[in-house]
Amino acid sequence: MENMRKERIDRGIKVRTEGIYAINSMKEMMFLLAPRLLLILAILVLPFVLELAPYWKRVINIICVFAMIGISFDFLANYVGLVCLGGAFFIGIGGYFSAIYNVYLSLPVYLAIPCATITGAIFCTLVLSLCLPLRGVYFAIVTLMYPLLFTRIIEALNILGGTNGITGLDSFSNTYVEHYVIIAILLIALFGMRRLVIQDVGLVLRGVKDNDQSVKASGINITYMKIFAVFLASLIGCFAGAYLAHLYMWAGISLFALDFSILPIAAVVIGGGGTLVGAVLGCFILVPLSEVLRTFGSFRIVIYCILLTAFIVFKSEGLMNYMQRKYYQFERWVKV
Amino acid sequence: MDILIYGIINSVVLALFSLGFTLVYSISRVPNFAHGALYIACGYVAWLFANKVAAFPYPLDVVLAITLTAILGSLIYQFIIIRIRGMEISEIIATYAIGLAILEGLRWQGLRGTTYNLPVFISGSVDLFGVSVDYQRLIIVGVGIVTFFLLYVFTRFTKIGLALRGIAQDERAAMMLGINSDMTAVVSLAIGSALAGFAAILVLPLGNIVVEAGYNVLIFAVAVCVIGGLGSLGGTILASFIIGFAQILTESLISSHYQMVVALLAIIVTLLIKPSGIFGKQKQLEERV
Amino acid sequence: MRKEPILSVKNISKSFGGLKALIDVSFDIQQGDVFGIIGPNGSGKTTLINCITGFIKPDSGQVYFKGKGITGWPPHKIAREGIARTFQIMRPYYSLPAYKNLIIPLWSPRARKTGGWRGGGKHGDRNTVAVDILEEIGFERDSRVPYRLASTLPTGYQKRLELARCLAIRPEIVFCDEVFSGLSMTEIAGMTPLIEKMKIEGITIIMIEHRLRELFRVANRVMALNFGEKITEGEPRYVIEDKKVKEAYLGSEGV
Repeated sequence: MENMRKERIDRGIKVRTEGIYAINSMKEMMFLLAPRLLLILAILVLPFVLELAPYWKRVINIICVFAMIGISFDFLANYVGLVCLGGAFFIGIGGYFSAIYNVYLSLPVYLAIPCATITGAIFCTLVLSLCLPLRGVYFAIVTLMYPLLFTRIIEALNILGGTNGITGLDSFSNTYVEHYVIIAILLIALFGMRRLVIQDVGLVLRGVKDNDQSVKASGINITYMKIFAVFLASLIGCFAGAYLAHLYMWAGISLFALDFSILPIAAVVIGGGGTLVGAVLGCFILVPLSEVLRTFGSFRIVIYCILLTAFIVFKSEGLMNYMQRKYYQFERWVKV
Repeated sequence: MDILIYGIINSVVLALFSLGFTLVYSISRVPNFAHGALYIACGYVAWLFANKVAAFPYPLDVVLAITLTAILGSLIYQFIIIRIRGMEISEIIATYAIGLAILEGLRWQGLRGTTYNLPVFISGSVDLFGVSVDYQRLIIVGVGIVTFFLLYVFTRFTKIGLALRGIAQDERAAMMLGINSDMTAVVSLAIGSALAGFAAILVLPLGNIVVEAGYNVLIFAVAVCVIGGLGSLGGTILASFIIGFAQILTESLISSHYQMVVALLAIIVTLLIKPSGIFGKQKQLEERV
Repeated sequence: MRKEPILSVKNISKSFGGLKALIDVSFDIQQGDVFGIIGPNGSGKTTLINCITGFIKPDSGQVYFKGKGITGWPPHKIAREGIARTFQIMRPYYSLPAYKNLIIPLWSPRARKTGGWRGGGKHGDRNTVAVDILEEIGFERDSRVPYRLASTLPTGYQKRLELARCLAIRPEIVFCDEVFSGLSMTEIAGMTPLIEKMKIEGITIIMIEHRLRELFRVANRVMALNFGEKITEGEPRYVIEDKKVKEAYLGSEGV
């Protein structure tokens, strides 16, 4: 092929669906709606489909928990510019807070979880805001530290059940509630965040990532914006943690485990950073993989890390971006 | 008195942990989160040579291990980091992932089961002002101080060292003067990894080789660098002494569970009071448009 | 009776390590001035702006805006008072389309308080006002230009986008850091009406420039810096004849 180059052009239907024309006809509407409906229906239907495989049915809940951490990581890293290396921190705080409310303060499950989500998020945000006025690498360091710090503190001071953890948490009323609570909140979080990042507020957050000097020069306090973003991410993460604690009916230091930090990051990179839905896709790939590899012990983590690095270096756009590109554009070779 | 001696030993140990990390960051602005993994990897390789290859004397094992670690570090740069250079987010994630892969890989195969140790250089102990100190620890302090001094001389007086400092201060200007940025990054990563390995050979004989130590070393190194100021060699050493003594004091006054907690709390306190660290130059640079 | 200057800079000094970037610089600016700051490269012009707008803390000296001391304030607080600036190294919000770049300043507290440029800061559809602002500063409305990703715009448009970003917060003072650099003669001719428009709105404009001829057409007062020190100040036609200024640019042998 002499002097050919690849040209990418938006598909006709993509151009037609921009702006008001999107509701022109059924075809255009379906172009936009179909992927989203597919996602929603698929997830909603999954628990029924897997009735015959109860082990895998339970894995759906775990996938959703990891996906929520993945969404918060994707949001913070690719929309605000803050790399959170310790998603386990949210899980742990959410889980322990819910355990405190449920076991020590005897609140019922459906009160304990929301309380844990909100107060946990406030706690996480306060504790993380120390490094927010500083450069991105400090946030990465601090988020790396906190899960480990809290693990050691709980061990050393032997509070909150020490190494045994807090047992006796209430569970959900039945397995369907178990499934659909987390699925519903996941979908709300996913579509909510996707909506947020195109709102004016979301644009400001993305501006912080792109060019924080310009944002400052417009009179916006960057630190407050970052605090707001961290709070949102913490809400999502702490809910996931609170849910998980009640799923296991136990809150222990394993809630701060490395797995909860690294798998979501790998999921986001593989699934496609910056899309939010890539986190969900990545988790649907990696969590079952991790179950299959359970017998290998820490080899799982090695696999995540190798996949992660390979994707970052070679195919850093991730699966979702790749698929989006194919969906929105077509390529052809043209003569130069 | 024993607090003073143990404090000094602990501080030098921390400083040895941190030198590699701070050097790499100050020169190439790459935060090498695989630092702890390189530490343990070197220890493991040394153990392999020492126990599986009877023909080599221990000093040769050490040299080989450190060299291989340095090569590993530069390979990490050459094949992975170089492609994502400049994208801080990706650098952090990638080095962290590589470090985890190494550490967890060793946990899976290699550092499993029985205990693994490296031999001490000279066994036995000596009485110092009424405190019993083993020779290994004395050697650590001695070698550590010599290393700091040599590094100081190297970065101030040799051509390569000055080139590295030049890149550290202003990358573009240095490049215009003909200093190759990628080359210096490879060199800095090689030296940083070698320093990590060097610290491993010195310090691991004090205990067993465990994967946990890799995480601990990373956390300590980062703590020391944040407090001393990312990018400042002098700050690193000063910060090691501060944390080192703080740890020893809490150990004797409260209990020994708190070592890690002290380091992590120290980071938080520093971020609250003087975020750029004691000698940090970052704040100024952060503000420059 | 002399009017109080809108911006008063007194004895600003700043060193970076051994390098003295600014040495005891003082000047006053009246409301409505178009004030030029000139000087060879490295004379400290951008550092001066950084010190005034809060991106760098000066080692000593004071800055007063409408009588209020703003020395050492953080940049967003100073911007909120009404001092806007462009950046020499242009950095639009790359991942956003051009008009969305303006949503961010229109969202800022100052825009919301003052209503922003053409009322864009009020709650409501910032998108439409953003496109209107772009049209006003020279983006052709019906073309795709306002909707293109900011990173794909040519230099002239990016410069205007920078200025639009400043205008969106309805400033009282705008610091233009080398807005004419890299532009062709026609492009500069296109920018000049924009500056006139800003003057009519009552905005005080401070321009750092290397293109002296173009600057002297619009400025009514000019200050020259060299090696961090102020060497002269006054009307353009006198400054251009000043021997010290010639020496600074051409060297003492070239004069």
